[in-house]
Amino acid sequence: MKMTYRALLGASVAACLSGAAMAETTITVATVNNGDMVRMQGLMDDFYAKHPDIKVEWVTLEENILRQNVTTDIATGGGQYDVITIGTYEVPIWGKQGWLESLNDLPADYDVDDLLPAIRGGLTVDGKLYASPFYGESSFVNYRKDLAEKAGITIPDAPTWDDIKAAAAAMTDKDAGIYGICLRGKAGWGENMAFLTTMANSYGARWFDENWVPQFDQPEWKAVMTDYVDMLTKYGPPGASNNGYNENLTLSLQGKCAMRMDATVSAGSLTDPAQSEFADKVGFALAPDAGLGKRANWLWAWSLAVPASSDAKDAAKTFINWATNKDYIALVASKEGWRNAPPGTRTSLYANPEYAALPFAKMTIDSINAADPTKPTVKPVPYVGVQFVAIPEFAGLATSVGEIFSAALAGQKTVDEALAEAQTLAVSEMTDAGYIK
Amino acid sequence: MARATSTRRKLLTTLAAWSVALVIFFPVLWMILTSFKTEVSAVATPPELLGADWTLENYAEVWQRSDYPRFFWNSVVISIGSTLLGLAIAIPAAWSMAFVPGRKTKDLLMWMLSTKMMPAVGVLIPMYLLFQRLGLFDTKIGLVLALMLMNLPIIVWMLYTYFKEIPAEILEAARMDGAGLWNEILYVLTPMALPGIASTMLLNVILAWNEAFWTITLTTTKAAPLSAFIASFSAPQGLFYAKLSAASTMAIAPILILGWFSQKQLVRGLTFGAVK
Repeated sequence: MKMTYRALLGASVAACLSGAAMAETTITVATVNNGDMVRMQGLMDDFYAKHPDIKVEWVTLEENILRQNVTTDIATGGGQYDVITIGTYEVPIWGKQGWLESLNDLPADYDVDDLLPAIRGGLTVDGKLYASPFYGESSFVNYRKDLAEKAGITIPDAPTWDDIKAAAAAMTDKDAGIYGICLRGKAGWGENMAFLTTMANSYGARWFDENWVPQFDQPEWKAVMTDYVDMLTKYGPPGASNNGYNENLTLSLQGKCAMRMDATVSAGSLTDPAQSEFADKVGFALAPDAGLGKRANWLWAWSLAVPASSDAKDAAKTFINWATNKDYIALVASKEGWRNAPPGTRTSLYANPEYAALPFAKMTIDSINAADPTKPTVKPVPYVGVQFVAIPEFAGLATSVGEIFSAALAGQKTVDEALAEAQTLAVSEMTDAGYIK
Repeated sequence: MARATSTRRKLLTTLAAWSVALVIFFPVLWMILTSFKTEVSAVATPPELLGADWTLENYAEVWQRSDYPRFFWNSVVISIGSTLLGLAIAIPAAWSMAFVPGRKTKDLLMWMLSTKMMPAVGVLIPMYLLFQRLGLFDTKIGLVLALMLMNLPIIVWMLYTYFKEIPAEILEAARMDGAGLWNEILYVLTPMALPGIASTMLLNVILAWNEAFWTITLTTTKAAPLSAFIASFSAPQGLFYAKLSAASTMAIAPILILGWFSQKQLVRGLTFGAVK
């Protein structure tokens, strides 16, 4: 009887101890709905096998809604999310604000030195890494090789704007529904202004001078806008002022854009025979320059970060280490092929011979390496960011300027009128925000 | 001759009615059709119909990727809960305003309606903080309360209009017969205003079912309804139109079916008193 009692007591203690050891931590991961993130959710068995004590709940939202919800939560210290997906624009601002947990203490196998320097630089504030890149991108030119051949032209790997203009003119055949060049025209800080800011960088234009004075009244911006409106009016698709990333990608997949300049991440779709009839006819080139030493390519990374308000920071970091580690990239490659590996974050990916053999691999890494968020344009600037200015006021201001420039593209105002309007608006906003004394 | 003219007129009216209905319903119809296309077919220009690649894959993937039954159940609880709670408050409120109006009743009604004129985002932070501090964040009861409060002005207004149509003499007669206040509301007023109450109820269920701003803002995982389910398939970058359409179709299907079966009740209630 005594033995039974002892055995029962022992079993209860053992059960309690094992229960404590297996205590489950639930983390809530807020993310966007894109191909790479969806793929990650499908590979969670690997994470659970390695970390059975952590349960992950997903909140997937559209980018703008996610940004709004996460900002509200993080600003009020709500702690609803343990891992958030944020872009390169938010990280420096939120990191400085103290809203994000530093990731400097991730384990050694995370191999922080393997991160691409440009991407790592964009996610670091005062020596602290505030977010871990899940996938990164730059922008480049994609074109139909068959159309270039038919037109008797060659697009160099490192073209100038003059090369691009000449190629667009040669390949345009509007009667056959082929448009020489497709560029973003839809208004928005992440749409037309992302593209126009990089184009401006290559023309030597900048958003603000060293004293935060807007520069739209300078001749460089006049040259940018004149060429942009001219190219799209002469060689672009109809209704170009309504076309953003999705619309131009669709036109390219259908073979209607002879040339397009946009995100490197779309290379996967463009070269996928299941999505494009011209998958084997796509050529890639670096974003153009104007001979001033800066190319018109951007730098962006969707990254995972831990809000300072999270109450499960350790589990959140464990998850981030799994999702953004070299092992994860190898896992995707083993299950779904190298084409689907999240691009643009790690040096080791581009050193891998199988990945390097993909037609877009070299152009992607060269484009990313060509971007420098700390020196985005020819002249000195007081801000960080290639296709954006990392200040909280930028999203609102650039969207308003984007509307003005989109209207100019639609022919509702002249380039001069648009630039004058943008200058007045920017001066007023920057004065109100206290940047201009 | 007269019969031929009348038949022709009937035919034309029917044709016109169907044309208008089709134009109004077209976006929904297109969304439903898109949900059965492949992603490439979904974004083709010019739009594909006859030559499109039809598939059920989108539904399979949406079902597999998300816990649809949980979102659906949350939507049912939130919309029906907020409607019943709203009616419990609005019926006595509308009764008192319709049958015992004071000097400020009209002002009160206008004030109630004015709360609907403010953009929701204006009270986002206070609401968010309140929900967090009260432990209502990501709970069904929190959303029931929020949606009930949000739709209360409309329910009160609708019921007030219906109640106003009921002759006060009938209530007086009931009082003469010794009916107390609750008996009067329960046994006299409610049966007479039943079409109005039913249509108010239906409209409120539809409003609560479709509400997206607060349901997405005030939930994460546990209480998220179908509006959050749709948002999880929306993406500014990438081609997911077919899957988004499938998710949207799955989200609106229950309310569409409910609307279809209750359309007579809805129309009768909405036009109640219109020809008097």
